[in-house]
Amino acid sequence: MYRYDDIDQAMLTDRAAEFREQCRRRLAGEITEDQFKPIRLMNGLYLQLHAYMLRIAIPYGALNSAKLRKLAWVASTYDRGYGHFTTRTNLQLHWIKLKDAPDILDALAGVGLHAIQTSGNCIRNLTADPHAGATADEADDPRVWAEAIRQWSTFHPEFSFLPRKFKIAVTGATRDRAAIRIYDIGLRLHRAADGELAFEVLAGGGLGRIPFLGPTIRERLPARHLLSYLQAILRVYNRLGRRDNIWKARIKVLVATLGAEEFARQVDEEWEASDKAAVDLPDTELARIRAGFAPVGFETLPPVSAAFETAKLDDRAFARFARHNITAHKQPGYALIDVSLKAIGETPGDCSAEQMEVIANLAERYSLDEARVTYEQNLILPHVKLDDAPAVYRLLADADLATPNIGLISDIIACPGLDYCALANARAIPIAQDIARRFESPELAEKIGELKIKISGCINACGHHHVGHIGILGVDKKGEEFYQLTLGGSGEDDASIGQSLGPALPAERVAPAIDQLVEVYLRERTTGERFIDTYRRAGLAPFKEAVYAEAH
Amino acid sequence: MPKLIRWRGDRAEAVEDPFTSIDDDQVIPQGDVIISLRRFQSEGAFLLGQCRQVGVRLAADETPEALDADLARIAVVALVFPKFRDGRAFSAASILRDRLGYQGEVRAVGDVLLEQAKFMVRCGFDSFEPADGATPGQWTAAAHRFRHVYQRAADGLEPVFVERATGHETPG
Repeated sequence: MYRYDDIDQAMLTDRAAEFREQCRRRLAGEITEDQFKPIRLMNGLYLQLHAYMLRIAIPYGALNSAKLRKLAWVASTYDRGYGHFTTRTNLQLHWIKLKDAPDILDALAGVGLHAIQTSGNCIRNLTADPHAGATADEADDPRVWAEAIRQWSTFHPEFSFLPRKFKIAVTGATRDRAAIRIYDIGLRLHRAADGELAFEVLAGGGLGRIPFLGPTIRERLPARHLLSYLQAILRVYNRLGRRDNIWKARIKVLVATLGAEEFARQVDEEWEASDKAAVDLPDTELARIRAGFAPVGFETLPPVSAAFETAKLDDRAFARFARHNITAHKQPGYALIDVSLKAIGETPGDCSAEQMEVIANLAERYSLDEARVTYEQNLILPHVKLDDAPAVYRLLADADLATPNIGLISDIIACPGLDYCALANARAIPIAQDIARRFESPELAEKIGELKIKISGCINACGHHHVGHIGILGVDKKGEEFYQLTLGGSGEDDASIGQSLGPALPAERVAPAIDQLVEVYLRERTTGERFIDTYRRAGLAPFKEAVYAEAH
Repeated sequence: MPKLIRWRGDRAEAVEDPFTSIDDDQVIPQGDVIISLRRFQSEGAFLLGQCRQVGVRLAADETPEALDADLARIAVVALVFPKFRDGRAFSAASILRDRLGYQGEVRAVGDVLLEQAKFMVRCGFDSFEPADGATPGQWTAAAHRFRHVYQRAADGLEPVFVERATGHETPG
């Protein structure tokens, strides 16, 4: 994995020192909370319902044992002993004291972590395919380009006060595991017929109040021109994006208003007028970054592991875990192991300091010192030998990290909701917990198969409800929490925006309604159909009928 | 005369401002003036023919390309920040310097805050009317908080990928 050199490290040290001085001025009363707000927001420090929340960036979701251990230490020293992994692959600490924030940033800087650009109207933390460098369906390693973008976008002088926040996702694979169609910019690496490495560039996706799937604005951008082309997009957006209405300020509104073709034309015009060579990285620098992601430490192994196969036969629980949480690796004899942060009844995405330590140890010992965060709020050990998988499973299970539910009904995305967030209208966590408990039986969950439930506590859609097979949106009705259900959304290759099922339901009706939806699916499905396939074939009517029948 | 912060190479200093900024409904006085784009388009040629310096104030939604033909004769381009969060002027300054090759003074006016100093200097602003009373000393310190930059900008600093290629070391 790319290691920060002394220059990258100096950037973090300088930032931590700057923030310490800014905090000092606030604590000494030299500046007011109003004046401090934009400053702290540029460091990922939010004032929430009960305390300060610190959002720590995990660029392209990449962790190692040192970073995990430091996060564990920070969580237990300065917070309540746990952290929350988000859909943007950040880690949030929800109970921070302002006076501790500078010390936390210093500690994080020591292992190459930071909170730079985790809030504010700037280019936010990058996300990428969590299977990067481990999957066979990859044209190139997206982390190389994500790191190039990270550096280019860090403290970008022209793009730190955009109309609104700006999020970029990168994948190099055929299968989209990074949800690139719901991002401000989505990037897909591919190799053209003549062998040239190129990006398909999508712009103007996003969820929130008005959801859009990003259209492709360029099919084939030579990869070496990535940064100059991004500059052109950002410049057009910075100049033309709306600033009069926060709800219409994202790039998706600009792209939809101009039309994708006209937007692309303006970007091209800006790009052609720019000095590309001044912006694009020289080949030597790209090669330097690329070397940081070169595979190291893989052993030559047979593709089949006798130990793995035997363990599956001997232990049904392990076999189930293997079916749902273990994925093939491009390297023979290795696998990716999903670490579920969706234990039944727990808060989706939460991870205790002790669990972080366990994962750090496993990453170090069994996964070439790497771990990844996924936008679905789980972690991955990306390079585990099949031979070691049974041992890794047992150690994960001991720490309640081996729930065999990846992609299943209890693998729910949920934002922090009204339990923590000042923006939320309703709680998200208890709804997720209710649903997970109802479908606790692994046999039942497996019978239902792939079903992605995504819950947001407000219209800002941090829980991606628009692209859930079943989406749940918390709304406030005269001071009471209600939940609007949508069906048929997807954030991946078959991306689509969910359709509203009907009137919002009170909290206690949500889990029973999910039950009713599942019953309809199990009744209606034909062989091989996932929930979303049945919905797409059969339409909304049978589902709506089941949930609202009592009201007739 | 009101004070102004000027950026001189690598530090900020306080200077007397020789320019008077004129609203559209004001009569243009003697001396050096900064006027709106609209007024410049109607009265600019006449004013430039007089023995005085003329600056143009661009609102956030006005583009520097509109001045292109006249840039060589314009002494100051003042870019307005209606709110500190409104970052359009960063693009305008970058375009003035990098694309249009403007050599004159680029001034930040409006909601101009100390926390933006480093971004403004990097984008090619070289004079500032801070709204928060920031001093030249604070401005200099804020602009120098970081020892490295990750990208090229109008300030001409070497980005890290050039430093790396030439083997520079991080100053302590």
